[in-house]
Amino acid sequence: MSDDAATTAPPGTGPDPLPGPDGAEGAPRRSAAARAAARLGSGAVQLVLVLIALFWLVPTLGLFVSSLRTPADNASSGWWTVLARPAELTLENYAGLLDNPTFVGSFWNTVLITVPSTLLIVAIAALAGYAFAWMDFPGRDWLFLGVVGLLVVPIQVALVPIAQLYGGAGIYGSITGVVLFHVGFGLPFAIFLLRNFFAAIPRDLLEAARMDGGRELTIFRRVILPLGGPAIASLTIFQFLWVWNDLLVALVFADAANQPMTKALQAEMRQFGANIDVIASGAFISMVVPLVVFFAFQRYFVQGVMAGAVK
Amino acid sequence: MARVRLDGVYKIYPDGTRAVDDLSLDIAEGELLVLVGPSGCGKTTALRMVAGLEEISRGTVAIGGRTVNRVPARDRDVAMVFQSYALYPHLTVRDNIAFGLQLRRMPKAEIAERVAKAAATLGLTDHLDRKPRNLSGGQRQRVAMGRAIVRNPQAFLMDEPLSNLDAKLRVQMRAEISRIQRDLGVTTVYVTHDQVEAMTLGDRVAVMKKGVLQQVAPPQELYERPVNLFVAGFIGSPAMNLLQGRLEGDGDAALLHLGDQALGVPRALLAERPALRGYLGRDIAVGIRPEDMDDADLDGPAAAGASGGGAAVLSSTADLVEALGAELLVHFAVAAPPVVTEDTRELARDAGADDAPAPGGGAMIAKFSPRSRVAEGRPVRIRVDTGRLYFFDPDSGAGIWGEPGRSDSREVGDD
Repeated sequence: MSDDAATTAPPGTGPDPLPGPDGAEGAPRRSAAARAAARLGSGAVQLVLVLIALFWLVPTLGLFVSSLRTPADNASSGWWTVLARPAELTLENYAGLLDNPTFVGSFWNTVLITVPSTLLIVAIAALAGYAFAWMDFPGRDWLFLGVVGLLVVPIQVALVPIAQLYGGAGIYGSITGVVLFHVGFGLPFAIFLLRNFFAAIPRDLLEAARMDGGRELTIFRRVILPLGGPAIASLTIFQFLWVWNDLLVALVFADAANQPMTKALQAEMRQFGANIDVIASGAFISMVVPLVVFFAFQRYFVQGVMAGAVK
Repeated sequence: MARVRLDGVYKIYPDGTRAVDDLSLDIAEGELLVLVGPSGCGKTTALRMVAGLEEISRGTVAIGGRTVNRVPARDRDVAMVFQSYALYPHLTVRDNIAFGLQLRRMPKAEIAERVAKAAATLGLTDHLDRKPRNLSGGQRQRVAMGRAIVRNPQAFLMDEPLSNLDAKLRVQMRAEISRIQRDLGVTTVYVTHDQVEAMTLGDRVAVMKKGVLQQVAPPQELYERPVNLFVAGFIGSPAMNLLQGRLEGDGDAALLHLGDQALGVPRALLAERPALRGYLGRDIAVGIRPEDMDDADLDGPAAAGASGGGAAVLSSTADLVEALGAELLVHFAVAAPPVVTEDTRELARDAGADDAPAPGGGAMIAKFSPRSRVAEGRPVRIRVDTGRLYFFDPDSGAGIWGEPGRSDSREVGDD
């Protein structure tokens, strides 16, 4: 084959030599894309990719190592020096964190903000997405256009008016206020995503369910929700991540008693230094939870959920 | 099992399109009625109105004596088999079949029993725990059928259920559907664009064109006495040859001039269809079925042209001979102009031709016995069974038969 010469050449030495005259011997000429794909499959390229991925992980690794060192060690030397002195590692910071009522409180605040926000967004968006995709009601298209329009509204423009509104309603500073804000600004995208996914479900399936005796809510629960699994799972992960990692909304709307982790950790940053022991270990804990959520929902990402439905 | 009646049913879209135009059908208990027609003729829309998936603009649909215009699909107690099968991909075959029963809150034991019975009928017993994606096309089709029969509904509605299967499987499933429908005796409305399916399955066949019902009749009657050019051209394969001819009186008998040739019209035929006398000396549309022609030289040249009233043989050149084993399809041309009416244009559109047949063509197809020695490019003499000629009014396209309206078996009975 004319490509053997190319694959045996060391990777990264430059573009493939063009297939020589042997290409005329009858072997079909492959497109540039196909050749590139073949090269990507080779072990050397994979090695490069792994190296890039590891490089990207270095800051996270640094954070993790720092969280396992005492503040004094962190102040006197860089985290990489631990490679020479692994004995420095300690769980002290994490133990300290658990005894820190501010941090523990903020962790629970984050949970109390994130879980209801995510659940509310997914639940409302799934119902709204179904209605927008499959139910006939007057003004449906205009309403959906409105939802799409809301996608481009930046949350910053709403901070002050909403704060005033919350003040009037007496929920300023409360967890309820933060949750409502997240739900309000998460919904347009969530509805948009789920509506489009639901709309791609073949109409025949819904009609079959209707003929089988299903009411709208039954069809939603027994046909749409199971088939919408992948979309709902990804939406759940996205929403969870966004709310979990949010700092801006928390800074504006949550008071000290109701502050989430992001705000609490940010408060450990000082002008001339930082409580690295709290920040490193706290940030690491705040990173682990979304990872757990991701892996928990990963199994819903199945390819070809619709296979075999309609031919 | 119930009688299904459509009475003056219209489907009018907001832009004024009439997808279904004054459709009246009376489907008896246990009958299998096939709705057939080219794509876009409104047959599927009509079916969906019976199902409750499409709103009825005007007229009434009654199932088992109950007017269902305002009854939602789930409460009409009819089951539908979709062209796409529409299986629930996340459920096993068992749950797919049981779905309708579960929604009706039937006791679990009875569901299991009914599903087992339906699966046995359809040969699905070994596949009950598989998901649709692991089934072949034929098996999926069976599951779709199973979902319908397990509910034991008042009526089956089938929307081109076989069109996604390959030819061999289609023949097999066609026989199976016929058997199941007869065994269960459930009133069935079956939509198809395939006239072979329509002829083989239907107790009666309703031919539709552009939303308008053309003729409802048992298959054989549809074949023998089509009410107009459209039905004549749609039913039969290969399609009926339609030519413009001229009818001239010849004493008791008549001569049919096709270009520079002539066929004798038997006296018996003239006597049977007296209206033909009115067309003497005028142009007329004539239909000749391919199977009513054969090689005139097959039984020796002398046998040709013996029937009363003149010649029954056409001469031409064989343009193309397709040998199908049991028969030969011979393409040839006569100098007569083709019939061009709204009906034939619609037929040509259905056949995929952009335009009506080329002017001056007069292309014809005849079915010859395989013993014929006809060869491409060689002269051929075609004997026409002149007793089986079809005549149509060249302007309206209406069939010219004995008693006016006899073959129009539309029933407009009362309850």
